[in-house]
Amino acid sequence: MINKLLAVAFVALALAASGCGSSSSSSSSTPPASSGGAADCSPASLHTLTSGKLTIGTDNPAYSPYYTGGPGHDWSGKYNNDPYTGKGFEAAVAYAVAEKMGFTKDQVTWAVTHFDQSFAPGPKNFDFYLAQVSIRPKRAENVDFSLPYYRANQAVVALKGTPITSATTLADLKQYKLGTQVGTTSYDFITGTIQPSQQPSAFNTTNDAIHALQAGQIDGIVVDLPTAFYMTAVQIPKSTVVGQFPTSPGGDQWGLVMTKDSPLKACVDKAVSALTADGTLAKLQKTWLSDKVSTPVLQ
Amino acid sequence: MNGANGSDRARRGSLLQISSVWVAVASTVVVFAALALIIVNAPGWPKVKHAFFDPAEFRAYFGTIGHAFVLNIKIFLVAEVLILTLAMVLAVLRSLPGPVFLPIRLLAIGYTDLFRGIPTILLVLLFGFGIPTLQLSHVTRDPVYLGAAALVVIYTAYVSEVYRAGIDSVHPSQEAAARSLGLTRGQTMQTVILPQAVRRVIPPLLNDFIGLQKDTALISVLGPVEALQRANLGSASEFNYTPYVVAAFFFVLITVPQARLTDWLIARDRKRQMAGGRV
Repeated sequence: MINKLLAVAFVALALAASGCGSSSSSSSSTPPASSGGAADCSPASLHTLTSGKLTIGTDNPAYSPYYTGGPGHDWSGKYNNDPYTGKGFEAAVAYAVAEKMGFTKDQVTWAVTHFDQSFAPGPKNFDFYLAQVSIRPKRAENVDFSLPYYRANQAVVALKGTPITSATTLADLKQYKLGTQVGTTSYDFITGTIQPSQQPSAFNTTNDAIHALQAGQIDGIVVDLPTAFYMTAVQIPKSTVVGQFPTSPGGDQWGLVMTKDSPLKACVDKAVSALTADGTLAKLQKTWLSDKVSTPVLQ
Repeated sequence: MNGANGSDRARRGSLLQISSVWVAVASTVVVFAALALIIVNAPGWPKVKHAFFDPAEFRAYFGTIGHAFVLNIKIFLVAEVLILTLAMVLAVLRSLPGPVFLPIRLLAIGYTDLFRGIPTILLVLLFGFGIPTLQLSHVTRDPVYLGAAALVVIYTAYVSEVYRAGIDSVHPSQEAAARSLGLTRGQTMQTVILPQAVRRVIPPLLNDFIGLQKDTALISVLGPVEALQRANLGSASEFNYTPYVVAAFFFVLITVPQARLTDWLIARDRKRQMAGGRV
């Protein structure tokens, strides 16, 4: 008897719950995904997360040279940087895009977004996200990318005086133990193009990769070239950039990440292309990123 | 009269059994169907399906993650043997009687208290990044070995407690009887206490090993590309979480048979213990 009662209760519960599910589906209103708003990009009419404000997401820790203001707000600790300062390449790009879209500096809010969260399905905690994210067709199935704001090459960092520093070709790198950070496109590059004889390592943060290099667990770190310069100059004493890799086909281009079918995409793209056209992006690169072009290319 | 009553009761019992089977089937079907309906009809289901359960992604990563999972299997197979041995030593040390052995008991207690309390990931990081930084000449720098060592240290503490519970559960009269037969303390432990103790704790031991198997994924923080890290890389390069589901699939695949084995052992054990007690 009790069993039967329980069964009836289950059915009732299940029906009630499924009723809730369907009712919420009909009541949830999604903003029209059409890019009809392209003509009107004024901050007031934009469907931003908080109306009249622009919320920009980035990773925590936020590394130089993309964020260089020093610790502050939620971004605390060694090597971490507060994006609110607007210092560093990506912080500057973010504020430039915001300004082009018509937002003042005070109207910009920064959100801590872990890389994995940036492409999670469902509601996002940012209007756009920037943390050196490469534009990839596969990735674009799950998020919207803006037009590219930077093009980066990958490079190898190693400790001075170690054998790997004498490498001059991709083939020379094969015999070494390489490491990279998860969330970058470098791992695919290492396994696909360098094809080393030892299994490469993948670390959760750049700090872990640096630690492993210094402890002798890996021979070299593969990162983008501006990060490589920063590592050798600041983070890893007695280290050097062994070389950079030739630009991959299609290029490793970075874009702002937005939710799939974002109503903001048209306006963000408009701002990015305006910043490209008027030379602002080139100027910001010159200001914040090392322009050493002497790094040898490993073919 | 007795016989009639008995068959009556039996018939009523089997009827009840049949009806309860039907109720169980019906309630199971209803609950699972309702859960499926709720999830599939949720407004965000298509997005979740695409992000977590994309068949094309699943196929694409099945091989690579399966290949990476071999490392997890190697790690836990080696770790389990070490843990079983070391934990036994620790448990026996802690059970040593008499005031002379107090320092050893204290050390054993300190060990279990410390290593059961430390978050596993911290010890993995400490071993994996700390030990190589010491630059000792005869100690490996390989993160796989160092990470596995951290797991062995932590799980030895857990498993020794399981063993100790088993040792404590053997009635003191067993020891007294063995000693009165002229066995030494060591012989008593080895031939009387431990065999009974170990048999009793096999289910909780398996339980701990299932935990250990999942924790091999923690070694990924040191850089080795095992199943979880391979999934992490795949997920990051495609912006899709399906690779994590593939990794979960492999972990579940090896866990489920062990869980069923544990259930079966518990059931067998109970049957044995109840054997004399049925009316």
